[in-house]
Amino acid sequence: MEMIQEPLLDIRLSGTGLSKVFNRRSIFRDITFQLSAGQTLLITGSNGAGKSTLLKVIAGILTPSSGTVSIMDADIPQTVYRAIGFVSPYLNLYDEFSPRENLFFAMSARSRQVAPDAVDRILDRVGLGRFKDVPSRVFSSGMKQRLKYAFSLIHEPPILLLDEPTSNLDEEGKGFVRDLMARQVAKGILIVATNEQTDVSRYDHSINLDREG
Amino acid sequence: MSANPSAWYHLPIIPGLEDKARILFFHVPTAWLSTVGFIASMVYGIRYLRKRDPEDDIKSASAAGVGFLFCILATVTGAIWAKFSWGTYWNWDPRQTSIFVLLLIYGAYFALRSAIDVEEKRATLSAAYAIIAAVVMPFFMFVMPRILASLHPQPVLNVQGKTEMNATMLVLLISSFAGFTGLASWMWNLEVRIQRIVMNSLSGLKGETRV
Amino acid sequence: MIGTFLNPVLAVLRKDLQSELRTRYAMSALIMFIVSTISIIVFAIGGGTSRSDVLAGMLWVVIFFSSMSGLSRTFVSEEERGTAMTLQLLVPPSVVLFGKLLFNVLLVIGMNILAVALYSFLMTGFTVTSPGLFSLTLILGSGGLAASSTIIAAIIAKANTKGPLFPVLALPILLPLLVVVINMTRLSMEGGDISESVGEFQFLIAYIIVIITASNLLFEYIWRD
Repeated sequence: MEMIQEPLLDIRLSGTGLSKVFNRRSIFRDITFQLSAGQTLLITGSNGAGKSTLLKVIAGILTPSSGTVSIMDADIPQTVYRAIGFVSPYLNLYDEFSPRENLFFAMSARSRQVAPDAVDRILDRVGLGRFKDVPSRVFSSGMKQRLKYAFSLIHEPPILLLDEPTSNLDEEGKGFVRDLMARQVAKGILIVATNEQTDVSRYDHSINLDREG
Repeated sequence: MSANPSAWYHLPIIPGLEDKARILFFHVPTAWLSTVGFIASMVYGIRYLRKRDPEDDIKSASAAGVGFLFCILATVTGAIWAKFSWGTYWNWDPRQTSIFVLLLIYGAYFALRSAIDVEEKRATLSAAYAIIAAVVMPFFMFVMPRILASLHPQPVLNVQGKTEMNATMLVLLISSFAGFTGLASWMWNLEVRIQRIVMNSLSGLKGETRV
Repeated sequence: MIGTFLNPVLAVLRKDLQSELRTRYAMSALIMFIVSTISIIVFAIGGGTSRSDVLAGMLWVVIFFSSMSGLSRTFVSEEERGTAMTLQLLVPPSVVLFGKLLFNVLLVIGMNILAVALYSFLMTGFTVTSPGLFSLTLILGSGGLAASSTIIAAIIAKANTKGPLFPVLALPILLPLLVVVINMTRLSMEGGDISESVGEFQFLIAYIIVIITASNLLFEYIWRD
């Protein structure tokens, strides 16, 4: 299959001296990294080491106890809401809404115009084509995970954060995730946090919270 | 007893109030300090939101604690005063209603604190509530006198600044203020130090950041 | 640009409205609450009084407690269903605040229309001599009610015991508003003139502005974990 070379976005993401204290317990301390387009970061650690917490800090939804996260994009002025896509076990979409409704809400909240067929296309891509108008409350956990991917990709974010990317997914789903990770790296930044055995060498940078926390 | 006492330890008489006046020296300072506690709580709350220093939250909560205690004292002494001066313990006049509302605010503040386990969240939300309550207070102060009739005695220090109070009484009142203020700040200081020790000892057990 | 702020706010409002129409949690609670409370009052004192101060007071008691039963849903549901993160990823905090504030304003307006209608119908002594004064009081009172309830709802949504905590925190904040609107409702029953109440209207408008300003400054600390 011919790979379409998409141009690298001029985007940089850096974290400096990040730490998080929770109920006076230190989750992690002094985390620093710098990423530019085409680079990947792997975050590993045992359960409870703080991988999800660190991702939330990077995504901007959790304030660090100290340190800063900054996003620099020379091409287009993008706020953090458009720059980041985040898939997480803690993410819950609106289960009284169908995938279509969830995605339309997401785009109008971001003040982005979206062609109706763009929504349909991405739902097809994640494998929810037959369920576009079904309230997501009846979805299996695997289907909900696919919906989270649709939600995180619809605005084509230059930075993608994945917390346990393949959880709840079957083999086909895992293949889809590997594919989208490759596409993301081709144009932007990818950060993955996972428990599963992963080949660390395939990532440009890695942080192990068991050692550095 | 005479209107102008012969010895320094004799209490001068306010016509109509006589012996009942004694509680004034407890009531007025405690009422004042309950307001001060509230304002202090708000100020430290603002500081916490800016710097996230747990020390500021300790100070805010301790100020509220001392303020709450003094508010209860002020309410009780005020009710006793009301009983002996006007016949009933409670009249819903502006001053009594104000102290009651302050009591409600303190109660709400501590109800909120007890409903949150996560310390950073507890500190943030209490600070937010203290600030909102403080911001709304002026509205309350403004509205009360216009709506409700007042049975409260005319202020003894009237608008021209001349004191109608006998000099001895004034000295007594001021020293009472000083005494209660000293007591309140000592209690506050003590509570802050206790909470600091509690926080540090628990940190020590878990091996984390010290305040 | 106002447009870039307004559109996300309307998106959040639309989302809340759509969700509410589909699940009907707040609406059903509110309607049943208003009906029950007014019924109790009718059984208790019914036509037994035409005292304007009692009737005015009772009306706002109904409105206050009805608000307490329905106005926290907009924030509590996000926390309970874990959808707060979704909103945090999509829009800045102030958009969330104003979207939900508008939602609560609509809810309060609907609730008050129902409450007043039912109250007038069932309470025989309740007659409004100055409808202009009454309407203006109701509108401003609703605005203040919605504003205060929204920020308090945001606070309690992050606590453990949300339900009972809501009225406990809201009452001291709403008291100045309630005192004034009850008084003005009483005046509107007794035939007062709007021109006599200009000071009170300024008071209510100032209250609303102050609460909204303070809410906007504090909300991001409350909303972000």
